[in-house]
Amino acid sequence: MALIRDLVVQGVQMALVVLLAPLVTGLTRKVKARLLRRRGPPLIQPYRDIVRLARKETVLADNASWLFRVAPYMIFAATWVAAALVPTFATGLLFNWAADLIAIVALLGSARFFLALAGMDVGTSFGGIGASREAMIASLAEPAMIMIVFSLALLVGSTQLSTIAAFMVSPDVGLRVTLGLALVSLVMVGIAENARIPVDNPATHLELTMVHEAMVLEYSGRHLALIELAASLKLLLYLSLIACLFLPWGLVPRRPELSAATVAAYGLGGAAYVAKLGFGCVMLALFETAIAKMRVFRVPTFLGAALMLGFLGALLLFVSRGL
Amino acid sequence: MPVTILLWCVLALLVLAVAVAAVGLARRGGGASVVYGATAAIAAAACLAALAGRGADAAVVRLPLGLPWIGANFRVDALSALFLVIVNFGAAGASLYAIGYGRHETAPERIVPFYPAFIAGMNLVLLADDAFTFLISWEFMSLASWALVLAHHRVADNTRAGLVYILMASFGTFALLLAFGLLAGPDGGYAFEAMRAAHPAPAHAALVLVLVLLGAGSKAGLVPLHVWLPLAHPAAPSHVSALMSGVMTKVAVYAFVRAMFDLAGPPDWWWGLAVIALGGASALMGVLYALFQSDIKRMLAYSTIENVGFVFVGLGLSLAFAANHLDAAAVLALTAALFHALNHSLFKSLMFFGAGAVLTATGKRDIETMGGLIHRMPQTALAMLAGAVAISALPPFNGFVSEWMTFQAILLSPQMPQWALRLGVPAVGALLALAVALAAACFVRLYGVAFLGRPRSPAAAQAHEADRVSVGVMLALAVLCLLVGILPGYVIDAMAPVAQGLLGARMPRQAAVAWLTLVPFSESRSSYNGLLVFLFIAASASLAAYAIHRLASRATRRAPIWDCGFPDPSPATQYTAASFAQPIRRVFGTLLFRARETVEMPPPGDLRPARLTVRLDDVVWTTLYAPLAGGVRIAADRLNVMQFLTIRRYLSLVFAALVILLMVIAIWR
Repeated sequence: MALIRDLVVQGVQMALVVLLAPLVTGLTRKVKARLLRRRGPPLIQPYRDIVRLARKETVLADNASWLFRVAPYMIFAATWVAAALVPTFATGLLFNWAADLIAIVALLGSARFFLALAGMDVGTSFGGIGASREAMIASLAEPAMIMIVFSLALLVGSTQLSTIAAFMVSPDVGLRVTLGLALVSLVMVGIAENARIPVDNPATHLELTMVHEAMVLEYSGRHLALIELAASLKLLLYLSLIACLFLPWGLVPRRPELSAATVAAYGLGGAAYVAKLGFGCVMLALFETAIAKMRVFRVPTFLGAALMLGFLGALLLFVSRGL
Repeated sequence: MPVTILLWCVLALLVLAVAVAAVGLARRGGGASVVYGATAAIAAAACLAALAGRGADAAVVRLPLGLPWIGANFRVDALSALFLVIVNFGAAGASLYAIGYGRHETAPERIVPFYPAFIAGMNLVLLADDAFTFLISWEFMSLASWALVLAHHRVADNTRAGLVYILMASFGTFALLLAFGLLAGPDGGYAFEAMRAAHPAPAHAALVLVLVLLGAGSKAGLVPLHVWLPLAHPAAPSHVSALMSGVMTKVAVYAFVRAMFDLAGPPDWWWGLAVIALGGASALMGVLYALFQSDIKRMLAYSTIENVGFVFVGLGLSLAFAANHLDAAAVLALTAALFHALNHSLFKSLMFFGAGAVLTATGKRDIETMGGLIHRMPQTALAMLAGAVAISALPPFNGFVSEWMTFQAILLSPQMPQWALRLGVPAVGALLALAVALAAACFVRLYGVAFLGRPRSPAAAQAHEADRVSVGVMLALAVLCLLVGILPGYVIDAMAPVAQGLLGARMPRQAAVAWLTLVPFSESRSSYNGLLVFLFIAASASLAAYAIHRLASRATRRAPIWDCGFPDPSPATQYTAASFAQPIRRVFGTLLFRARETVEMPPPGDLRPARLTVRLDDVVWTTLYAPLAGGVRIAADRLNVMQFLTIRRYLSLVFAALVILLMVIAIWR
């Protein structure tokens, strides 16, 4: 019985992330538009886009290989699995322990690997430029992410997200400079990984400035729908990750018994999660509106700062413990 | 007894080598295939014997060879059994692959006799139980592989590769000779048993560490001793490259583990720091070098340096933990390192086989002339894709598991009291994360340029699929990479006796954990389940595919490339390997490789095309080896005078040397 309950909760989480992901994109776009005094597309526009793309005919380049056709499914599946393993409204889900934070980051790496390959499959210069820049950004973002993981593991003694979330709501955590630095660093990594301003512009149509969009230039129809959904899922994943690590209130720990109270707690957790996501979208839109896109070769400075912040956080923790 | 069986296998390989050389079997049609088939069978038998012998108690077999008062001692314990399995499995795979690949060989008589001898040499190193046998076998292995490197000696760069290799190999053996001399002590206890019993003084042990790092590190390809590796490994035929990169570097790892974990006595914490620093530097430099190459086999050789760096970081961590008596952590780090060594032997062999297939199909090694091979060689492309994912340490393949374990070991470093380790290890951790991400970039580049896109040369457009045997071996290795990745618990359990023997502790039993999850310590700390992740990905991908095919439009149309409306039919407009690496070169190259880009713009009215030249400086070579080579040359020029003296002068020189030596001894006493 408990197993079935756990499976159901896990299934709800998997469905929830897919269903909410386009909304996150829609909300961010809407808030950005309002900040620019535009009316903006309706909140459900991303859903409509995906449905419309799925209904359309898929146009494949003459020399597209099987990899090009398989890649969207791989990208979507890897991102979806990663998103399903981050605690959203409840911790201690059935499969949370299948992958810790390092494995979740690596799963996103698998998705990126296939995306970059797909960009190079047809043999255009735009696909290549996108893949090459994505590889550079990823190679700088990954060490920064590891430093964040290191700070957290040092503090909590675990890389398991459920354990970290449980620690963060406990009174042991206190107010720590390290956590602040890790948060800033994680936000910077998230911005770079999700191709947001100032690293990349998700709304750009100027080819030479594109990174993510350049890689998916040759995709159309159902394949593009999957890739767009995967991109939204990745944004949702990073928002959930930040929420789970730094705003863990409302997360429901694993409960042995199934009662009305449990169901109510799950409902409350879900509401808290949606509220956190909304807050994250608004903050992201505010940040993106306030800042200009930077040159590609200033990205290393940006991500280098994220790495150094993570390192500084770990160092401060050592110093505070050593004294 | 596994030792006896293994010795018989070695003997069979040696007899095979001699027979081939004597009879000239190689020159006859099909003769090479027979030799490769026999080698594969013997290696498979040896692999099985080692597998069976890993748990058995280690008995010494003593043959009346070598130094009369020691004899030649051979023994198999858990550590050597693990490496025997790696070596013989790799050798069996390479021999099977060579049955198909070797048919394209132009001069088989220069390869076939040395090939079984090389495998026999590696086996002997692992079996040796005294310093004398070990060094003889080590040198035998080096010389056999050197002969294989020079198989195509008329190719311009290969003679230089052979020269650099033999110099570095001799230097390495020399360093190991001195290291064993120090371990044996003044009484000359050359048997490993005697060395294990006697613990050297701390100063001697430090010197042993340096010498072993020089000797084993130069064979493994640690930066800055790596210079020979990217020259020699690609020069050999591809199945030999796979053996040298995938397997022989593991023999060097074995030598390091044997000397430092087993023979040198209890470790000091700073040993770990030195090894970790060298490993981290190798990981980063290796992958950066690989990113700037366009020769497919040379890229793979540099990537070997990266992976060896990873292994040595694990070994160094293990030494540091062991010095602080943190046994569980030391075992985790050692297991991670050994597991990575095993994984690397699998996927690096696979990648070199793929490179060999590409080389046969196109006749080229430069990836800038390839492109679109996925259409011409679909099975090779599939196997290479699996290899690329595995070597980039992406889940659910095997490379990720060992790197995950290494990171878990790094996260335990704050338990150590030394500040240098506490601060240094996280920095190396960031360095490793950088190396992993760059490795992914490197293999996206390799795969994307060589296999995807449009053909850049007629040879690439005319390429053909490799023969069935080769393809079968590659696909089998690809499946094995996946299997080890999703069921790592069994492999880790099988390796448990190694750590038990060296550190006196073992990892918690993994096969007993529910759902076959990998749990190094406790579930609340960290866990990874490759099987579930794989099933999850497969299920979600199938679900997505099912939903799309049921609900979405299935209409598909083929059309010309879109490319923002301006497609250019020339394949030269594709992104090249050099342009792919350009952003990374800008970020890292200026500092580490003194990369300089000069744009040569002709004046207005001049019809010459503009040129962009990129110059990379191999810092290690120019700062370390070039001055050394220059110094040797100057000294040789000066000493050349000595060659043309009269007999009287020679005699007086001999006399003077004798007197001086006697005086030195008199003063010493």
